[in-house]
Amino acid sequence: MSEEKYLLEVEHLKQYFPVKDGFRTVPLKAVDDISFAIKPGETLGLVGESGCGKTTVGRTLLRLYQPTAGRIVFDDEVLFDSEKKIDVDMHPYRKKMQMVFQDPYSSLDPRMTVEDIIGEPLDVHKLYTSKGERRDKILSLMETVGLNAEHAMRYAHEFSGGQRQRIGIARALAVNPKFIVCDEPVSALDVSIQAQVVNMFEELQEKLGMAYLFIAHDLLVVHHISDRIAVMYLGHIMEIADADDLNDNPVHPYTLSLLSAVPIPDPITARKSKRIILEGDVPSPLKMPSGCPFRTRCRYATEQCAKEMPPLTDRGNGHFVACWEK
Amino acid sequence: MENKELKRGFLSAQVDISKFNAGNFEKATDEEKRQQDVMGESTTFFKDGMRRLRKNPLAMGSIVILAVIILIILIAPHFVPYSYDQIITVGGVRDKGCTNLGFMEYSDKELQYMEETGEKLFPHIFGTDGLGRDYFIRVIYGTRVSLAVGIVAAVMVVIIGIIYGSIAGYFGGKVDLIMMRIVDIIYSLPEMLIIILLSVVLKETLTEKLVGTVFSKLGANMISMFIVFGLLYWVSMARLIRGQILTIKNNEYVLAAKCIGTSNRKILTKHILPNCLSVIIITTALQIPSAIFTESYLSFLGLGVSIPLASLGSLANDARAGMQSYPARLVIPAVIICLIVLSLNLLGDGLRDAFDTKLD
Repeated sequence: MSEEKYLLEVEHLKQYFPVKDGFRTVPLKAVDDISFAIKPGETLGLVGESGCGKTTVGRTLLRLYQPTAGRIVFDDEVLFDSEKKIDVDMHPYRKKMQMVFQDPYSSLDPRMTVEDIIGEPLDVHKLYTSKGERRDKILSLMETVGLNAEHAMRYAHEFSGGQRQRIGIARALAVNPKFIVCDEPVSALDVSIQAQVVNMFEELQEKLGMAYLFIAHDLLVVHHISDRIAVMYLGHIMEIADADDLNDNPVHPYTLSLLSAVPIPDPITARKSKRIILEGDVPSPLKMPSGCPFRTRCRYATEQCAKEMPPLTDRGNGHFVACWEK
Repeated sequence: MENKELKRGFLSAQVDISKFNAGNFEKATDEEKRQQDVMGESTTFFKDGMRRLRKNPLAMGSIVILAVIILIILIAPHFVPYSYDQIITVGGVRDKGCTNLGFMEYSDKELQYMEETGEKLFPHIFGTDGLGRDYFIRVIYGTRVSLAVGIVAAVMVVIIGIIYGSIAGYFGGKVDLIMMRIVDIIYSLPEMLIIILLSVVLKETLTEKLVGTVFSKLGANMISMFIVFGLLYWVSMARLIRGQILTIKNNEYVLAAKCIGTSNRKILTKHILPNCLSVIIITTALQIPSAIFTESYLSFLGLGVSIPLASLGSLANDARAGMQSYPARLVIPAVIICLIVLSLNLLGDGLRDAFDTKLD
């Protein structure tokens, strides 16, 4: 992974949360040993079902949580390394890494005007010299995300979901970041608005050239926007590949079942296609199965799967899969 | 995909576009376009709350009653020529007959004086007390003292409670654990007993030190009461604020602020506290009556303001002796305490209804 220059590299990242179970404290392994890298200007899609640790990955990258172990390198600077005990102050990096949140209703302070919400990152990083410059910057940001500049003095609750998400995006863009974690930014929106917002993400990337980690559970949306896609299951990455490659030649049995669950907008094709229905439920992250976390629901599972977690191996063309059998 | 004509179902209720051409349509005017603009009048949180408060007749009534009381206690001393500690004199001589007068009564000497000089003396609206002091002005000063004690104590409690509660709630974990156990210990102390004990102890030490300062008029008892409020009464406030902050800090906008790089102090003051402002306002309004009650109670026990200054509680206590003959002197301060406490409680409830709502 070292030939090309990466913007963000994550190696063996672990994020455990202590959970009280009676008198004992057991670790909840939200993210368990994942590695990936993102190139400048690239979009990495991150998919997986609810509770598989997608959001935790995003938040840990931005160091909103203290990682349990692993190594995070951003823009050639080591932000965190549990072995070498490197743990830098994140404040200067907040300018380069930002986040767009899932729920546009709770991610905006109800007591602040749009101007103050978008202006907050400018205030924190002192990115202006005069009041007039601050206002100009805010208005141009509002224009960038397609908001009416007349509404700068309004409160967040006066906007619709799509408009609120645009405010959240403008807030993330305010510091001119190189990398944005988009944490299910369209899941809470109407389908009609989803398309608008996703297209805006693409346009902004073209214009401003930042990289995205695009978290979602909607495979169609992710396939549309991503250059590469990573599939997560119970805190592990199961497969990473180019978006089209993953869509056309999925290898991992979990990816196969995910793809077969995507609704097909043509009833005739849909009737012909076979849906892979997984048996059982997702195991509790407190009681992870030994070896491969997916083996309890996998029809190809063997003894080896129970013994050891399969490593992510290259199947050519940068298509990485973590599976013993496939 | 080939561009084939879609066949129209013969039962279809859809408008057949093919029958129309561009001439059948006209452009929307600017006015018509503006009708599509669905955004309402911009309101702030405060304006919105005040609008709801104005619709609450009980709360508005309470505001009027409180405003009238405050206006009277501010203005009355300027036109009533008596002082709360002054025994009535007529023509420079003490008027021994001017005791225990009823409403609007004059003593014999005063009537004689008015006849002789033709000068009109200011009436004793509530009569006079057993020592010959004008009772109206004593009630006015008593109300001033009681309200001031209530407000000062409430503000003190709120400030300490906010600082303590927000630190415990925001930092959580071990900090919270230790801070809240301290609160639990203080909570378990019997407040009244401590107030009484402290008043007695502090009276000795404070009285000498206070001579010549602004506080000397209030007396050591009042000061010790403030100290006790500062020491003990903030705990419930701190608990409340902590609970509020625990819920608010889990909102995504707090996480967003962290992500931006906002400092902890700024997150607390700019995001979290403004969002529990409604709770703070409401509890402050409800804290004032509780402080007034405590003060009246202590004054009634003889531990309140020092003589000759009066508070509503000490006035009621003084009137106790003559309850059979002069019941009005007990009823007046009691009614005023009731009015103040009731209006503040109703106002607090109204404020909660008006401000403690979720905006979305």
